[in-house]
Amino acid sequence: MTTLTINGKTIEAPGGTILEVSQANGIRIPTLCNHPALAPKGACRLCLVEVKGSRVLQPACTFPISEGMEVQTESPKVRAARKFVLELLLSDHPKDCMTCEMCGNCELQDLIYEYGVKETPFVGDHHEYPLDDRDPFILRDMEKCIHCRRCIRACDEIQAVNAITMINRGFRSKVATSFDTRLQDSNCVFCGQCISVCPTGALTEKDSHGQGRVWQTTKVTTTCPYCGVGCNFDLNIRDGKVVKVTSNWNNPVNKGALCVKGRFGWQFLHSPDRLTIPLMKSSLWKEHKGTEGAPSRYEGFVEADWETALDAVAKGLLTAKSEDGPDAVGILASAKCTNEENYLIQKLARREIGTNNIDHCARL
Amino acid sequence: MTLKELERIRAKAQKELAVRGVEISPDSELKPPRPGEVRVVLRNCGQIDPERIEDYIAKDGYFALYKVLNMTPEQVIEEAKRSGLRGRGGAGFPPGQKWFFARQAVASRPAPADGTPPAYLICNGDEGDPGAFMDRAVLEGDPNSVLEGMAIAAYAMGATQGYIYVRAEYPVAVEHLQTAIPQARRLGLLGKNIFGKGFDFDVDIRIGAGAFVCGEETALIDSIEGRRGEPRPRPPFPAVSGLWGKPTSVNNVETLANIPQIFLNGADWFAGMGTEKSKGTKTFAIAGKVKNAGLIEVPMGITMREIIYDIGEGILNKKKFKAAQTGGPLGGCLPAKYLDTPIDFESLAAAGSLMGSGGLIVLDENDCMVDVARFFMDFTQDESCGKCPPCCLGTKRLLEILTRMTQAEGTAEDLQTIEYLTENISTTSLCALGQGSVNPVVTTMRHFRDEYESHVYKKFCPSGVCKGMFHYEILADVCNGCGVCRKKCPDKVIKGDKKVVHEIDLPNCIVCGDCYKACKFDAIAIRPGPTPKSRLPERR
Amino acid sequence: MSMDLLAHLQELDNLITREKPKGGALIPVLHQAQELYGYLPKELQDYIADGLGIPQSNVYGVVTFYAFFTTKPRGRHRVGLCLGTACYVRGNTKNLERLSRELGVNAGESTPDLRYSLEVCRCIGLCSKAPAIMIDKSVHSKVQPDQVAEILSRYE
Repeated sequence: MTTLTINGKTIEAPGGTILEVSQANGIRIPTLCNHPALAPKGACRLCLVEVKGSRVLQPACTFPISEGMEVQTESPKVRAARKFVLELLLSDHPKDCMTCEMCGNCELQDLIYEYGVKETPFVGDHHEYPLDDRDPFILRDMEKCIHCRRCIRACDEIQAVNAITMINRGFRSKVATSFDTRLQDSNCVFCGQCISVCPTGALTEKDSHGQGRVWQTTKVTTTCPYCGVGCNFDLNIRDGKVVKVTSNWNNPVNKGALCVKGRFGWQFLHSPDRLTIPLMKSSLWKEHKGTEGAPSRYEGFVEADWETALDAVAKGLLTAKSEDGPDAVGILASAKCTNEENYLIQKLARREIGTNNIDHCARL
Repeated sequence: MTLKELERIRAKAQKELAVRGVEISPDSELKPPRPGEVRVVLRNCGQIDPERIEDYIAKDGYFALYKVLNMTPEQVIEEAKRSGLRGRGGAGFPPGQKWFFARQAVASRPAPADGTPPAYLICNGDEGDPGAFMDRAVLEGDPNSVLEGMAIAAYAMGATQGYIYVRAEYPVAVEHLQTAIPQARRLGLLGKNIFGKGFDFDVDIRIGAGAFVCGEETALIDSIEGRRGEPRPRPPFPAVSGLWGKPTSVNNVETLANIPQIFLNGADWFAGMGTEKSKGTKTFAIAGKVKNAGLIEVPMGITMREIIYDIGEGILNKKKFKAAQTGGPLGGCLPAKYLDTPIDFESLAAAGSLMGSGGLIVLDENDCMVDVARFFMDFTQDESCGKCPPCCLGTKRLLEILTRMTQAEGTAEDLQTIEYLTENISTTSLCALGQGSVNPVVTTMRHFRDEYESHVYKKFCPSGVCKGMFHYEILADVCNGCGVCRKKCPDKVIKGDKKVVHEIDLPNCIVCGDCYKACKFDAIAIRPGPTPKSRLPERR
Repeated sequence: MSMDLLAHLQELDNLITREKPKGGALIPVLHQAQELYGYLPKELQDYIADGLGIPQSNVYGVVTFYAFFTTKPRGRHRVGLCLGTACYVRGNTKNLERLSRELGVNAGESTPDLRYSLEVCRCIGLCSKAPAIMIDKSVHSKVQPDQVAEILSRYE
């Protein structure tokens, strides 16, 4: 155990960084480039603290604790330094919070508010980039980028894709792909991990723009329907409609990570084309029920109920088996099913029907 | 290689060298030692052929390595510490201390099972300070002294692989190293089982690619690993986790070139030179407005006056000394009152400057200190890696203010903002580049505040540098009508007959200063007030 | 694959094979590839990335970080004007203006006939010979603006 004092309070900890130990002891230190899912970088200088004996301020996120260390996390010097960093960041940031998609959900905005940065004392150049809407799903407003590199690290550490990196140097540096192309011309897989870690409005979900700010939506945690992995995420719901999917960092299955389908493929939920009841061929319905049935939007199909539909399927399978043998039947299962469901369906194929003709569509 | 063989090579090479001699090119910046100089690091430069290892051996080369390999690493570290040698790269951290920490780190972890080196030694030859070229001189003139120093350092700390990182701007240095390393390998002075003592050490060259920040040790490590050279927060220090996560010591060229001499002549010999806390000698690259520019090596503790006026022979063109810029872009500008301060790590730091790598640029009355500050800020701003906001954005804002000031747009508020920026950038930046970037501004604000105020309140650049903030006037009572200025004027706007007082057609003058420089009679003066802006060449 | 890349493909492959096993091969490979091709276009960078097993984005990130690497073709002769402190206070900006005028290009650009490219560099360690200009590997010291045209004419 290491004993140190933070803000005069004696603390014992097994080790770790000043930030980790502070958080474990209920002491909040503001951060920007730090993210729990990513390795610390020490770049943004927001988590600066005073460590006795050190001439300069030290970043809490990378500085390891040591025996007898004395740390101040809220001294006037520390707060002034943080305010200074925020003023600098604000001097190169659009002040359009009124219309910004991330308003109310922006870590920079929260800190600017907390540290009372009314206006920046610095006037000068700021980055001017056109809004990059050349790609599907991801909207990039690089004027709002604060160079924290969380997106770059997520693309590397979580997704191992490395589609984006820091290019150029100093004030001219920018988060971009090789040769600053569109994302779709790089090896980007549109997983959107970059959006999920972006602290500002620099990276946002294209299809969710204008559909509601954070306080206008409620979050419902659910499981992704696309495949059997069972990733969790939060549906962001406004007026009974899903407007966005966001990462849920607390679930143990995917720890916030998602793929392009889970994160961006939610529009089908409210599609008028979506099937919500089973349809049967008109002839098949007539064969089973003897009536014409309720017409559907699709020619040659009528709206059925599950019982009739499943009954027809079962009968069809049995007929095929008895007339042409079990191998006349083939079953294609879905990758959207869970492992358990796929186990059961292969039981159905092998034991009940007696065929090995079973596969599934893992290439969705 | 054995001691006997080395002695035989030395004897033969000494004879041969005495017959052959070495020619020094007449335009070399390394002149024969001037009175007051003591050459330790530069002792062989110009005295031997750098592309012949035998020449180096003739000067007792590699005998220190032999001596060291008969000591324990702990004894080597102790001797290095005892010599009082401090790192010559800028910060002045004792190399013995670095090796000690690295050696501890090596001992604390299991030996690598995959055959990779347990630790690395890096020679930092990324000499990026504008105005400093001593490392280039050593690498070009005596590459083997650096290689021997590296081998000794590696033995002390427990490294088996070394890298020498050289700027791409130094092609001759790279060439000479590319010759020296295979020669040393061929003689068994690098490679496996050196001197039969079971010590393995080899060296690879890494060429920089034009990034000043790579002189910072963690950025340099990133660069060797093949990445963008962006400094990392310390701790962990490279001694604990450096190149590829292994214990690493990064030492400067000049530091390493000192090492063989320390072991040949003993720590006491070295500690006998210099001041209490800064031992040995230091190379300085004197340049700027000084008559006898070039590379010198002097004992620590010598005064700036001795360097500039005795060794450097004073200021060019009988101008007045204004300031000495030491320590490169992270150092500061010191005015005349510091001329008699002994130069060592402490006194330069106390004056707000830095020893840095030893660049010393002399500025005269025609150098504008606001413009000099702007120049350095332009440099650091351009070289900032962009990782942390205080450096990336802070230096940008400082540069913008200083640029405004040199364009007659500075305000009283700007002076306050400069102080606010410099104070905070130095305490919040991630690495030494950001922290030190403000020093040229801080020192010029401290020592030449009157110039800043003149720029802000009078819109007058008294040194005649900032275009649009002064004009030239021919003094009627001094001008003798010699006509030199008239002939020099590129736009032919100076009028006047021979032996009659000349006059400048101000609205058409582009303020190039050629007349001012040409006048031998001090008949042209710098006066407040702009010339019409439309005629000014566009600023770069 | 374009003919440009094919021009030195064998050498490039050898280079990648030689450097890859050593750690940190990217920067040495970029240096030598730029020697071979004169510059580092996307196709070449991507080929190096794949050869070394490094993400393409990272290669571009490195290329754009270091001033020495270029993604545009450069002139046969590299005119490097030093704007280090000594050269600056000794008036090398005047030489830069003159060079720029003589060549008709700004710093960082190449002449349309690719005879020269004009670069500004930060201290080439020739402070005692300031103001200095380095063309290819040769040094021109204490240059005055009216010497510029003559110096340039020496490089075909």
